[in-house]
Amino acid sequence: MKKPILELKNVTSGYNEIQVLKNISIKAFEGEIVAVIGGNGAGKTTMLMTISNIVPVTSGEILYYGEPIHKKPADVLPGIGLCQAPEGRRIFPRLSVEDNLEMGAFLRRDNKKISEDIEYIYQLFPILKDRKKQHGGSLSGGEQQMLAIGRAMMSRPKLLLLDEPSLGLAPLIVLKIFEIIKEINKKGTTVLLVEQNANLSLKIAQRGYVMETGKIIAQDDANALLNNEEIKKAYLGVSD
Amino acid sequence: MEYFIQQLINGLTLGGIYALIALGYTMVYGIIQLINFAHGEFFAAGGYMGVILLSFLSANGYLATYPWLCLSGAIILSMAYCSLLATGVEKIAYKPLRKSSRLSVLLSALGMSIFIQNGLMLTQGVYDKAYPTIFSQGGFDFGNIKVSYMQIVMLLITILLLILLNLLVFKTRIGKAMRATAQDKTMSSLVGIKSDRIISLTFIIGASLAAAAGIMVGMYYGSVGYTMGFVPGIKAFAAAVLGGIGNITGAMIGGFLIGMIEIFGAGYISSEYKDVFAFIILIGVLYFMPTGIMGENIDDTRV
Ligand SMILES: Nc1ncnc2c1ncn2[C@@H]1O[C@H](COP(=O)(O)OP(=O)(O)OP(=O)(O)O)[C@@H](O)[C@H]1O
Ligand SMILES: [Mg+2]
Repeated sequence: MKKPILELKNVTSGYNEIQVLKNISIKAFEGEIVAVIGGNGAGKTTMLMTISNIVPVTSGEILYYGEPIHKKPADVLPGIGLCQAPEGRRIFPRLSVEDNLEMGAFLRRDNKKISEDIEYIYQLFPILKDRKKQHGGSLSGGEQQMLAIGRAMMSRPKLLLLDEPSLGLAPLIVLKIFEIIKEINKKGTTVLLVEQNANLSLKIAQRGYVMETGKIIAQDDANALLNNEEIKKAYLGVSD
Repeated sequence: MEYFIQQLINGLTLGGIYALIALGYTMVYGIIQLINFAHGEFFAAGGYMGVILLSFLSANGYLATYPWLCLSGAIILSMAYCSLLATGVEKIAYKPLRKSSRLSVLLSALGMSIFIQNGLMLTQGVYDKAYPTIFSQGGFDFGNIKVSYMQIVMLLITILLLILLNLLVFKTRIGKAMRATAQDKTMSSLVGIKSDRIISLTFIIGASLAAAAGIMVGMYYGSVGYTMGFVPGIKAFAAAVLGGIGNITGAMIGGFLIGMIEIFGAGYISSEYKDVFAFIILIGVLYFMPTGIMGENIDDTRV
C-alpha cells in the first residue's frame, strides 16, 4: 500500500470572516496525479493556497509525509519538496525568463545541478530557451504557463500543486502542457492538479475529487468519475 | 566654456551624493511602497559616525599616514553602523505596521526622523562638528577649471558604490530575489524567498549608501550638523521621484540631474534660489511624465 504524500484532514479555511473551505479531506499518494475539479468559486485556489500556507488553516490538519505542515511558513515549503504553480501563473514580470527559473531554485545551493535543471526545462519547453533573456511579462499566456511550471519544477518538488494550467490557453497548447504534466509525473513527481477542464484532467489523473462550494461532493477513480452520469452532466459538458 | 565645465564637475560631485541617497528612497519604496521619511537621518548619522571615527584616527596620527585606509575603514564602519540603525528602525517602527494603512507607516517614519535627529542633537550637541582634513585642499588645475582631490575621491567612491549596487541588484541571486519580492510578494514566498529578510536587506543597503554619502558630504563641506539630513533628504527624494520612484537606474539619473540643476541654477541664475530649481524642474517633468523619467518605458530597472 502506498503512503499518502499529502493528506488534508477536515480542513477549514477562508478569508477573514468568510469561510471558504468547509471540512475538506483529501489525499494524494506518492506517484499519483490527483485531479480536483470544480466550477468557478468552488474553493480550488483557496485549497491550494491553504496547502501552501498563504491562506491559514482555521481548523483541521494538513499532513505532508505524515508530518503536520500547516504551521510552517509558506517560504520553507519549497525546501521540503512542496511547490505550487499558482493560478494566473504569477511570473515575475520584470525578471528575465532565465531569472524566473533561477528564482524557482531559490532555496537550492547546488549551482551545477541548477544549471542542468534549467537545461532540462529548456528541453521540455524549447520556446523558453529562445526567450531566455526576455522579460517574463513579455511572454504569451501559453509561454508564461510553461515558465510557471518550469519555475515550480526548479525546486525539484516531490509534490507539485498546479492551479488551472489550462486557463485561457488554446486547445493545442493545453494538450502540450498536459503531456508535460504526465511526463513530469512519470519522472517521479506527485501532482495535485486543480482544474475546471474536468475532461482532460481526469484523463491524465488516476483519482479525482469534485469540489462544490467549499466541500468535496464526490471522489473516485478518475475513470469512474469520467463515466459518472452526474459528473458528466455537471462538469464534462455532455448534454444527454 | 571653462565655467560650464567647472559647473559640470561640481554638479556631478553633488549629483552623485543625491544619487546615493535617492537609491535608499527608491529601493524601499519599490519593495514596501513606503516613503521612508527617516532616510535622510541615516545620511546624517553616517556623517556623524564618520566624524567620530576620523577625528579619533586623526588624533592618533593614523589619518595623516594612511589616509586611504582610514577613510575606507571609516566609510565601511559608518555603513555598518547605519545598517544596524536602519534594521532597528525597520523592526521597531515599520514591521509592526506591515498590515496597517500606508498613512500610519508614513507617520511612523516621520516620527523616526524626529527621533533620530533629536538623538543626534542630544548625543552630539547642537553645534556643527568639524571634519578633519584628510586630503590636501589642492587639486588639479586645467586653466581655470579646478578639480579638487576631494572631488575626485568623492566621484571615485560614488561610482564604485553605484557599480557594486548594480551588480548586487541585477546579477546576484539575492538581488534577483529582491526584485522578485518587489514584483510579487506572494509568489516570492511560494518559491521560498523570505520577504522579511529581503525587506531588512533593502533598508540596510539604502542606509549604508546614505551613510557613505554623509561622510563624503562632511568631508566636502568640512563639517556635519544634526539637521543635515533634512534638505539633502528632500532633494534626494525629489531625485527618486524625478527618475521614477521604485526605479533604481531612475534614482541614479535623477540624483545626477538634481545635482546638475542645482549647481547650474546657482551658477547661471541665482545662488540664493539654488534649493528651488530642483523642485521647479521636478514639477515640470512630472507634469509631462507623471511616473518620472524612467517610470514607464524602461521598466526592467524597476526593483
Ligand atoms: N482574497 C480573497 N478574499 C476574500 N474572498 C476570496 C478571496 N479569494 C477568493 N475568495 C472567495 O473564495 C471563494 C472561492 O474562491 P477560489 O478562488 O478558491 O475558487 P476557485 O475554485 O479557484 O475558482 P476559479 O475556478 O474561478 O478559479 C469565492 O467565493 C471567492 O469569492
Ligand atoms: Mg481558482
